[in-house]
Amino acid sequence: MQEQAGLPPEMSDRLVYRVTAGDVESGGNVSAAVKSELKIRGLPEKIARRAGIVVFEGEMNLILYANEGGTVQVDVLPNAVDIRIEDNGPGIEDVEQALTPGYSTAPEWALELGFGAGMGLVNMRNQCDRFEIQSRPGEGTWIHCVIERGRDAAE
Amino acid sequence: MRLEDAAKLLHGTFLCGENQKETEIDRAYAADLLSDVLALTEERTTLITGTISPQVVKVADILNVIAIIFVRGKRPAPNLIEYARCLGIPLVFTEKTMFETCGLLYTQGVKPCKNRPVCRLK
Repeated sequence: MQEQAGLPPEMSDRLVYRVTAGDVESGGNVSAAVKSELKIRGLPEKIARRAGIVVFEGEMNLILYANEGGTVQVDVLPNAVDIRIEDNGPGIEDVEQALTPGYSTAPEWALELGFGAGMGLVNMRNQCDRFEIQSRPGEGTWIHCVIERGRDAAE
Repeated sequence: MRLEDAAKLLHGTFLCGENQKETEIDRAYAADLLSDVLALTEERTTLITGTISPQVVKVADILNVIAIIFVRGKRPAPNLIEYARCLGIPLVFTEKTMFETCGLLYTQGVKPCKNRPVCRLK
């Protein structure tokens, strides 16, 4: 079950969500909440959709792979949506390989639920104007995605 | 084609959203793995899938999918149907395979999404 931590949205333009490892049933709740919050704030539909995709992939990674879950933090900035997704392990052995379309380490049970296409990190990168990932085996993974607000707004 | 005509063509039934049977569907995307759906689905697409996990409707909502067709006789749980009803996403159920479903809709003019992996994946 995801719970919202930190400052509530009405007091800040920072949204922070805690995602619990293994809670597949709740998977997608954070991304739905983020998309909704962005639309409430008047962001264009396309920006909210892109952010929703990034957060969905991020939260499912936390649920399926992170030892203890992790956090999703979204800052709604004047010119961008800044998304940070962090966990405390197990970390990714080979980040380049993990960014290869189709590469997956998902277990069989995850495939049956529709996960493990090997497109998660690729999708995140494709939806962002800036994408950074750092990971260290045994320590954790840190992902930073920036979606610029101007680019889609002009379309 | 109209969603109602698609359902008839597939010998399908509405699980919810029959009040949106007049919705025009002009493009579709078919996949079971949700990250493939997230990678290649455009706005206002009809999703064809055999995956019935709760995340299917959540992904459809994120992507602004206009309807979901569940194939291979995969019937989603009542809470998933209720969730889709709340979001206003019509659901159609058919016993036909994904291949048959795609083929039948394609012959009636439903087109694929234009996004292609070669364009998106760098």
